[in-house]
Amino acid sequence: MVDLGVDLGFLRLRNPVLTASGTFGYGTEFAPFLELSSLGGVVVKGLYFGPREGNPPPRLVETASGLINAIGLQGVGVERFAAEVMPELRRHETAVFVNVCGSDADEYFRVIEYLNTIEGIAAYELNISCPNVKMHGACPAMDPRITKEIVAGAKLRSRRPLLAKLSPNVTDIAAIAQAAEDGGADGLSLINTILAMAVDLDTRRPKLGNTLGGLSGPAIKPVALRMTWQVARAVRIPVIGMGGIASGRDALEFMLVGARAVQVGTANFVDPGAAARIVREIEAECESRGIRRVSEIVGTLQTQ
Amino acid sequence: MRHDPAARIVKKQSWGDFHLLRLESPALAAEASPGQFLMIRASEGYDPLLRRPISLHDSGPGWLEIFFRVAGRGTALLAAKEAGAAVDILGPLGKGFRLDGFGQDRTAWLIGGGRGIAPMYYLGRTLRARGAEVRVFYGGKTAAEIPLREKFEQAGLRPACSTDDGSFGFAGFVTALLEKELDLERPDALFVCGPDPMMKRIGTLALDRGIPAQLSLEAIMGCGFGACWGCVHRLKKNGEGKWRKICEDGPVFDAGEILWEEG
Repeated sequence: MVDLGVDLGFLRLRNPVLTASGTFGYGTEFAPFLELSSLGGVVVKGLYFGPREGNPPPRLVETASGLINAIGLQGVGVERFAAEVMPELRRHETAVFVNVCGSDADEYFRVIEYLNTIEGIAAYELNISCPNVKMHGACPAMDPRITKEIVAGAKLRSRRPLLAKLSPNVTDIAAIAQAAEDGGADGLSLINTILAMAVDLDTRRPKLGNTLGGLSGPAIKPVALRMTWQVARAVRIPVIGMGGIASGRDALEFMLVGARAVQVGTANFVDPGAAARIVREIEAECESRGIRRVSEIVGTLQTQ
Repeated sequence: MRHDPAARIVKKQSWGDFHLLRLESPALAAEASPGQFLMIRASEGYDPLLRRPISLHDSGPGWLEIFFRVAGRGTALLAAKEAGAAVDILGPLGKGFRLDGFGQDRTAWLIGGGRGIAPMYYLGRTLRARGAEVRVFYGGKTAAEIPLREKFEQAGLRPACSTDDGSFGFAGFVTALLEKELDLERPDALFVCGPDPMMKRIGTLALDRGIPAQLSLEAIMGCGFGACWGCVHRLKKNGEGKWRKICEDGPVFDAGEILWEEG
């Protein structure tokens, strides 16, 4: 019997497997395929304050072992989320993380203040990779000063633990991670998608309606693993790793380089039962190695 | 909606690039209706990564059939599978054709272009079993691209065929053939699946003539069950254009709901 529980400091999880925002809808879409209560938790699709239209199609392009998406964070907004989604989610025994979006600092804060009044949310994940209107489409996660400011403002207003989700599209991820820690983040999650594009040689047009999109899937795992390692060494707060995780083995590799928990993303589309399967695979991998507590493996990578 | 990681291929038929597979999957078959689709995993690994959406061609006790054309690596891998092999499928997905009240003394015209003919067999059989009068229009570029015509004949669903190059049946687009027939007779409803320009044209025809039409849309899909929001199309809702999910809200929509991009 392996103890799969992990401690994020601000929250204890049944096991280290969460689902990544944007790949798990609002959670309930997956109820036909797995028990939400078998997961460490779910991170629901990014929420702006109001409903959001999203980008024109095509929104998806498949690449070698990967997927580029440009959904544009289409979503229902906080009011419908509170009225329609949360009552459903509360019926499942799982830790609910809400991914918080904003097109400027004020919108992040308004979303948090609204969600503070809703019961059944375990923590917020601040999506600082949203294009920011005041940054000409760049995102807060690309600038340490703005990252710190927005995290600090969100933390001040939040009555719940706050994760900051980092973008890989930066020169020095460790510096951004430290800025988020300085701003008061209770934890970090990474990586968001890698900025990418695909073009059609025959029509000479971009393959995505938005031209640019974010790459995810097994193709990005090595990059994600590297950044998780760099960030885990640079901060004291807990780190949640993600990027291309499709098996229990993948998940344990992220824990080995310092992640205390992981998120499963694009694999949910291919195998809607993936997150629950990965929990079982983690248990089997630990058993076969004589690991009694999965948390024992965190940050034990030998580099010498 | 269920996941069957190992649906057995019990029958395979091929016509060049076109393939028909019968899959044994009792739990999924029990829930199937015309116009729904499956998400099929073509590879064991992660390249190609995504499942492929393929519409139901037919279904009966314990089995489902799909009819598809090789269009890329995913469908090529699927086409390479032989009878006896197992396929990982999700389904049945989406809302199919709405047949409420469609029975005796009603006339349905079914129009399929290219691989868009796939759902019309299941739909035609179902409508006929309800006593409706069914006419099928089947268009392709050449005679080789309308391989199911004999199957429809054998089922008594005698299709009016068209080929763009005139190598079989009516010479020209299936839309022109349909328009000619609509000048002579008025069906109670049209059911359409094919390339976007064809559906746009028929949607317009149907609206102009006041004939109800249900169109089955197609898109690249990430998941097939509403979680990724990748397969949207512009649809009218309360008079406003909205991006709505083809997989979950469709794939079948009324002609009047669909907004087409200009050009």
